[in-house]
Amino acid sequence: MKRIMGYSDQISVCPDDTIRFMVNCEAAGDYSARIVRVIHGDTNPDGPGYKEEAIETAVTGRYPARRQAIHAGSCAVVPDHAFLAALGSFTVQALVWPTTPAKGRQGLAGRWNGRTGAGFALGIDEGGGLALRLGDGRGGVAEVAAGKPMLAREWYFVAASYDAATGAVSLYQEPLVPYARTDTAVAISAPVALRLPANVQAPVVFAARHAGVAGKRTLFAEHFNGKIDRPRLANRVLSRLEMEQVRGDLIPVALQSSMLGVWNFSKCISSETIWDDSPNRLHGETFNLPARAMTGHNWTGEEMAWTHKPEQYGAIHFHDDDLHDAGWEVDFALKVPAGLKSGVYAAHVAIDDDEDFIPFVIRPPRGTASSKLLFVLPTASYLAYANEHMVTDAPLAELLTGQVSTMQPADMFLNEHREYGLSCYDSHSDGSGVCYTTRLRPIITMRPKYQSWLGGKGSGLWQMNADLHITDWLEAEKLGYDVITDEDVHAEGYTALAPYSVFVTSTHHEYWTKQMWDALDAFKKHGGRLVYTGANAWYWRIAYHPTRPGVMEVRRAEGGIRAWAAEPGEAYHSFSGEYGGLWRRNGLAPQRMAGSGFTAQGFDISSYYRRKPDSYDPRARFIFEGVGAEELIGDFGLIGGGAAGLELDRADRVLGTAPNALVLASSENHTGVYMVVLEEIYINSPGLCGGESDLVRADLVFYETPAGGAVFATSSIAWAGSLSHNNYNNNVARITGNVIRRFLDPAPF
Amino acid sequence: MYQITPDDRQYVEEFRKTPVGRHSPGLQRILNLFRGEAMAGKYVLVCTKPHREWMLGQFTGVRGEKIRMTNHSFTSLHEAEWYVFKQRWKRHTGEDLPD
Repeated sequence: MKRIMGYSDQISVCPDDTIRFMVNCEAAGDYSARIVRVIHGDTNPDGPGYKEEAIETAVTGRYPARRQAIHAGSCAVVPDHAFLAALGSFTVQALVWPTTPAKGRQGLAGRWNGRTGAGFALGIDEGGGLALRLGDGRGGVAEVAAGKPMLAREWYFVAASYDAATGAVSLYQEPLVPYARTDTAVAISAPVALRLPANVQAPVVFAARHAGVAGKRTLFAEHFNGKIDRPRLANRVLSRLEMEQVRGDLIPVALQSSMLGVWNFSKCISSETIWDDSPNRLHGETFNLPARAMTGHNWTGEEMAWTHKPEQYGAIHFHDDDLHDAGWEVDFALKVPAGLKSGVYAAHVAIDDDEDFIPFVIRPPRGTASSKLLFVLPTASYLAYANEHMVTDAPLAELLTGQVSTMQPADMFLNEHREYGLSCYDSHSDGSGVCYTTRLRPIITMRPKYQSWLGGKGSGLWQMNADLHITDWLEAEKLGYDVITDEDVHAEGYTALAPYSVFVTSTHHEYWTKQMWDALDAFKKHGGRLVYTGANAWYWRIAYHPTRPGVMEVRRAEGGIRAWAAEPGEAYHSFSGEYGGLWRRNGLAPQRMAGSGFTAQGFDISSYYRRKPDSYDPRARFIFEGVGAEELIGDFGLIGGGAAGLELDRADRVLGTAPNALVLASSENHTGVYMVVLEEIYINSPGLCGGESDLVRADLVFYETPAGGAVFATSSIAWAGSLSHNNYNNNVARITGNVIRRFLDPAPF
Repeated sequence: MYQITPDDRQYVEEFRKTPVGRHSPGLQRILNLFRGEAMAGKYVLVCTKPHREWMLGQFTGVRGEKIRMTNHSFTSLHEAEWYVFKQRWKRHTGEDLPD
């Protein structure tokens, strides 16, 4: 079982920067920490094995072990305010769309002091219906409940009022869509003997209940799953007619002085602010990143972009397993020493028989490059897959891999510790897709030595640990290289790439912002050379949070292989307003970037490539120097036993492959577990598997660009797993080396 | 959903030789049935020594619940596949396959 894990505040640093590390230990005592440069993370005994370079820094030492908890679950909070202090009688109301009304108590809107138990909380009770709870702060609690459960995924108008003078409570639970023989509407009035204290001293909280404080942190409980739209708080008892009058966006003049808060979640959608339209300006903040740009109760379906009709996107979807920042205390920090070579590094922490690697990248000194060769670590893709739970949550996992799923201690830990946050391949506990992900938490699937159920027979590697096959080979070939991350490319654009002449991708560089796309496009237009040592890149369009580093968004819009599907009207990123989904559906298929794009996937065994006539073209001679005419390419390797495997790309002129592209070789003989990607299927039919469809193949592609550069695409995630075969002496390594050495030669193509 | 028939007995040996890899359409159909089963009770291998030892467990089907571990451990994934196949064959056909 995992006993130690941590994260860092940054993922990419330069010499003289300071990076901080936060660690949780499930064991007592003290733990060791040191910095390592990670070279190779694959522990497969059939390969070269784990390799690191120990780096002596001030971090090296022992540190006291301590437990640090993660508090998942989102809500929105309006800080206590003088206007709230005078609150006696009140009305609280909202439009809500509960997704799990039967899961137990959930807060909708309240002002409750978790320390004293004073205040009011409108929520859902154990029976699944609306309830208003009142607390006097002396242990007294009164509750008025609707007594009928709400239906999941239906909009309701909910409201409660309390008369401080008489103790009269009114409660309304009204479905917006009525059904025959299913009456979930409730309107009741009941007196309570309890009286609220004069000032409960509490924030207004939506979608949870205030549960006190622990150290510097505010704690919340009873997290709500579902949407809340247009919550309102009035300073007196409103009649049902008046509630209706303030439900919309325009508050009648006669009622304006009664309104304490008129929250409008359709404003500031790209931020964490919740906006109060009332003159009181009781603005608040969301906590743990609930989903914004969500369709509201009044969404008509006529508009799909929230930027066009924000008033129809007044809902926030809260989840009890949302997470933004674990918020742990710092255990140790590293001021990055000068003179360290650029590369993939990690803080290695260990206690008893467990260890963790907290990975980060060290760049060359700011504004410089130490090589012409650049390896870009796909941290956006790492974030999309961060702590994914498909092996435990998705029945199709074993069908995809064609073998009994294998779990590692990290997977066991994540299964039982959902508070460590989800990936964009997971669904929330209420079944809705996860569109945000964060690196401000331990990502224990993004580690050297980690094996993934998805990584094929053999080494079983996916993402970071698979990408270390590339760094290992670069080291073995003594090819100097710099490393930067997707976040750097996004933030700095072409400036980050300009010092280099060769851009080497990862094995699976799947997630790209527009800024990242434009940077690489500019690099090519300036004559830069692209070595695409992977497959299924430039697939999903994503957005980074505009102000919160390390937070990313993906909307699984129409088309493509998707772990979940965005709900109708929710395909536009909240962080940027851009349409999400596949780059291909945004008019930029991956073939436009690298001549090759996603065509098929399967996760059992890999196969080999066979040379095609184009490989004998004089333009490609340098690529095949030392490779025999009849040789199969890559009929060996640590990932599924071949260089063509897991996810495969193909050239396609219609999708944007350059007309001068050479298709040098193609893979063949894939298993029946491999299937054509969904974006190629308009009418489903038999014959879409490996061995049946011509679309199940990887194409080895080369082409020259107009600026004297060139592109080489391997079109397979498994390619890098073959590089070390036979002590790095094999035709996959030879072809890769031939390409990179020629690409480093400034002579134009 | 596909039901195993007596004719499917011919594919058992093929699986035993090659549990993971290229399969005949007849075997693939059986495996689609076996491997596509729901999460409640589904088998999973928990790695206890990297690349060397795995324990067999079963999912409960409830999100977040611990894997239910069995007493079966394996030093080869090939053996583990064969063991799981036999359990599934027995459940679908009532027949005990010989070791």
